Amino acid sequence: MADEKKIPRRPLPNVKEPDTAPFWAGTREGELRYQRCDDCETIVFYPRHHCTNCLGRNLSWHVSKGEGTVYTYSVIRQAYHPFFRSKVPFAVAWIDLDEGPRVLSNLTGIEDPSNGVSIGQRVTVDWEEHEELSIPLFRPL
Amino acid sequence: MATQARAAAIVGIHEYPSRDVEGAVTPLHIKTESALRALEDAGLTIADVDGIYDAGDGGMMSGLAISEYFGIKPNVIDTTMVGGSSYEYHAAHAARDIAAGKCRVALLTYGSTAHSNAFAIGVGGRGGPAAAPWDNMDGFTGMTLVSNYAMVAHRHMYEYGTTSEQLAEISVATRYHAMRNPEAVAGMTALEFMDIRETTIEDVVNSRIIADPLHLLECCMISDGGGAVVIASAEVARDCKKAPVWLLGSGEATGYPENGGDITTSAAAQSGPSAFGEAGVTPSEIDIAMIYDSFSITVLALLEDLGFCKKGEGGAWVEGGRLRFDRPNDGPALNTDGGGLSSNHPGMRGIFLLIEAARQLRGESTSQVDGAKLAVAHGNGGMLGSRHCAGTVILGKD
Ligand SMILES: [Zn+2]
Repeated sequence: MADEKKIPRRPLPNVKEPDTAPFWAGTREGELRYQRCDDCETIVFYPRHHCTNCLGRNLSWHVSKGEGTVYTYSVIRQAYHPFFRSKVPFAVAWIDLDEGPRVLSNLTGIEDPSNGVSIGQRVTVDWEEHEELSIPLFRPL
Repeated sequence: MATQARAAAIVGIHEYPSRDVEGAVTPLHIKTESALRALEDAGLTIADVDGIYDAGDGGMMSGLAISEYFGIKPNVIDTTMVGGSSYEYHAAHAARDIAAGKCRVALLTYGSTAHSNAFAIGVGGRGGPAAAPWDNMDGFTGMTLVSNYAMVAHRHMYEYGTTSEQLAEISVATRYHAMRNPEAVAGMTALEFMDIRETTIEDVVNSRIIADPLHLLECCMISDGGGAVVIASAEVARDCKKAPVWLLGSGEATGYPENGGDITTSAAAQSGPSAFGEAGVTPSEIDIAMIYDSFSITVLALLEDLGFCKKGEGGAWVEGGRLRFDRPNDGPALNTDGGGLSSNHPGMRGIFLLIEAARQLRGESTSQVDGAKLAVAHGNGGMLGSRHCAGTVILGKD
């Protein structure tokens, strides 16, 4: 058991945080959810309890197809956290989902992140499953 | 110029010299020592201080903590905490409070032992239980501080064709200034920098990559340090030991990720025009640009946002050593103390921007620009590539 404790783990979100709980609940169903305001149609992301345009509370949850474009990225070569230190080099990216939300994630399924990532690259969600939730990573389409 | 208020001025400064205190000194000691020296520099005493400005490095409820630690009972307590830009906000607020007659002598202090505590500021963090919804959406990615800024650099390169060689100009210029600043050289020595000399663009782009596309020599250091700034009313300033450095204008702004937003444009695009407008000056009149150099890209993006050149043209604009102090006809000299890249960076560098700007306008810099009259100090707090605060202050001499 002592050995198992040493395996570094990805830091996971708090599934009970009220604003983002529905998002993380969705990941268990393989759904990449985002909010849209019923009154003014503004896309809201990160999730919260009101619209960032009109402050209205009439937000609906929608499900993204999970496809998008790399807006920008970096390949991390030095990290302090034990899990991420074990992953270097790895790519972190802002991804523009086709429906509008801009999400931060890691790129996966790339042999050599030094050459395999580019701005404008098309990507699709790739779930990393955990006990209480799944983490939306993205891989090239 | 006729509209400038000139109600408040920096009258005392001190930069704590050590970059490595080796554990014997606390942040509170650094704040106290710096306060005493800055007051001495002004010809004032702690009994004259009636305004306290603190960014929380003194502990919880830091306005109270610092007042008690110093043994004073100020009339104004401002604990604005916006990371590295806190001190530009404090200067702006002190000028406002003094103009309103709420206080006469404002004291700003900063102390940090980030190096001695081995804080992994640039590559660490991220992973504790998330309290806020925004953290809950990005903590799982392992995004480091360096990679956050690196993503701004990548997009800047993609949109405008900016190169690593152009970004390296910023590192080269600040090191050029640092080599003329004995305290910066002593600091780099204490922190065991490998190769303490003027650098070339090749040196920078050949240093190892920390997070693509940013190289080691494009990242600020992690040091101990601190300092203090005394700001006084025009009436008090008249009787101080040194010439006043007037606070002519200021601006504040927030920036954060927006769906479909432009990551290459920072909150400085909002705070800059506000500060220049209030001061009644234009970027082309500025002699000294003290711009928060957490990374090379920070300076490039901020120079554009502050209006020194157009968005996207920063890369070409900084080429050819333009930012050096001995090129006064080419525009402002950048970070003439050596900056966070080559002098010191204890975590929140904003106070040093005010201190070196004041040195230049007094004629006391180790990379002195002859006849420097106007300076801008621009602090960036938080993370440029996601959520950050901007504080711009315009300073001028008589
Ligand atoms: Zn709305």
